[in-house]
Amino acid sequence: MEVIVELTIFVLAAFVGFEVISKVPTTLHTPLMSQTNAIHGIVMLGGLIVVGFADDTLEQTIGVIAIAFGTINVVGGFMVTDRMLGMFARKPRPKPAESSADASGSAGSAKGRGS
Amino acid sequence: MALLAVLEPGGDAATALYILSFSLFIFGVRRGTHPTTAKQGNMIAAVGMAIAVLTTLLLDGIGNWGLIVAGLALGTLVGVVASIRVQMTQMPQMVALYNGVGGGAVALIAWSEFRELDSHLAGGEIPLDELIPILFSAVIGSVSFWGSNIAFAKLQDLISTRPLAVPGQQVLNALLLAGVLFACVLIAANNDGPSEGVFIAILIGAALLGNLAVLPIGGADMPVVISLLNAATGLSAAAAGFALDNVALIVAGTLVGSSGTILTLEMATAMNRSVSNVLFAGFGGAPAGGAAGAGEERPHTSIGAQDAAIKLAYADSVVIVPGYGLAVAQAQHAVKEMADELEKRGVSVNYAIHPVAGRMPGHMNVLLAEADVPYEKLREMDEINPEMPRTDVAVVIGANDVTNPAAKNDPDSPIAGMPIIEVHEANQVIVIKRSLSPGFAGIDNDLFYEPNTSMLFDDAKKAAAEIAGEVGNL
Repeated sequence: MEVIVELTIFVLAAFVGFEVISKVPTTLHTPLMSQTNAIHGIVMLGGLIVVGFADDTLEQTIGVIAIAFGTINVVGGFMVTDRMLGMFARKPRPKPAESSADASGSAGSAKGRGS
Repeated sequence: MALLAVLEPGGDAATALYILSFSLFIFGVRRGTHPTTAKQGNMIAAVGMAIAVLTTLLLDGIGNWGLIVAGLALGTLVGVVASIRVQMTQMPQMVALYNGVGGGAVALIAWSEFRELDSHLAGGEIPLDELIPILFSAVIGSVSFWGSNIAFAKLQDLISTRPLAVPGQQVLNALLLAGVLFACVLIAANNDGPSEGVFIAILIGAALLGNLAVLPIGGADMPVVISLLNAATGLSAAAAGFALDNVALIVAGTLVGSSGTILTLEMATAMNRSVSNVLFAGFGGAPAGGAAGAGEERPHTSIGAQDAAIKLAYADSVVIVPGYGLAVAQAQHAVKEMADELEKRGVSVNYAIHPVAGRMPGHMNVLLAEADVPYEKLREMDEINPEMPRTDVAVVIGANDVTNPAAKNDPDSPIAGMPIIEVHEANQVIVIKRSLSPGFAGIDNDLFYEPNTSMLFDDAKKAAAEIAGEVGNL
């Protein structure tokens, strides 16, 4: 791929990141940080490519450690985020009739009013 | 295994699958911005990741399956076990650790890619559009790995959370950075025969820089640092994508880079600190306001659980202000129990959440959600502050700096201007805390010595459980 094409993708992706993220209520900042943290674990693909095509022992060793690190980042990151968000998903027990509407309503208006 | 290898590297089919995968990331993060869809969003992003990994494994020519499987199995095992065993209170350091290994992976991949290009040089030059991203990933990945590990060690109390600084630290860091940059230029200038020794020196220099840059930063600023390192790791992953010509890495890494930047700025704003201030000024090393020696024997009121229970049970409205101490003591369930007992008696109970309560924005919400505290009771600072003068009792549990009236009243205080929960406006304040010791900012809290403040010196969990019991007996 040409560098200029890659740069175009890079700049557009940066703007997408700003647009998508700027609407998060504070409540979700820790889970969101954890989720984005898991996403940068995608660098493990680099490890797979390195090991998959490497023929020198040092490169293979480095690559395997990189795969393991990246996989910890991905698997751990998504699982921990899921655990955190699982706690939000639980419905408040009192007032079952209106609880779900309340929960989403107040959380939505918590900070990102427009969301 | 050759049967599986069907996708041409860099071909249309592989690229299309990568595009699908990063679209799922973007969609997943977008869903992650609302409480009701966040869990689903995380799943969507995870599916995107699975597609990206499978696509890569299906690339034509991938070999060394034993090593690949070993790496994947090891990483999965560690990731799964760590995620199941970690407690909600330890989330910030867990994120720091995951971020660190991500950065480590980037740095290692950069090294390996450097060797790969170097060995296939055959008299030619390494193109700069590959070499520069490799150098960038190596430096940032290494800084991120070591910086995150220091952040982890600080949050886990393995090393002192106080700012640790040596004289001339910033000069040293600047020299180190200059040295690393010089070595990068040296390699780029010799791209027809770059030295691996210099490359390894760059990795080590960046590692030192990561250590030295984070060590002087106090525990209170760690969330900002972790968030910044998260963004940096994202950018370094994107750079690795440039080096490997991998569109999934470029988009996903950049997405994390820009989101992490916003999050960092928001956190810093909430703490009234600029990012440069966090990074370059050790917090609380020597408080400017002279609070250090002044507060030896200031008078304060101390009460027991029974008195606290009586104050609370006969109040109309109670606001609970949770802080990091609550998280450390695992007191969220005991506090919920206490609130339940009070509500049975008709007392209105709300929770005032400071934007940086706990150690990360939203950390306290996660902990209280774990204890089944309903959403609508978690009130944000700006929303609850106007109600403070009408509140009978404010209960501060393990929070400190975020309630310090000096932030509003004393322009000389190191935390002057930091937004606080104005508990001193409430009729009465009960502070549950182990001692009068200062918080992470390292400064005395004037709140403790106000005439309407009562101190309950105890572990947050034990105190809340005792109060719950006493209220139940009244």
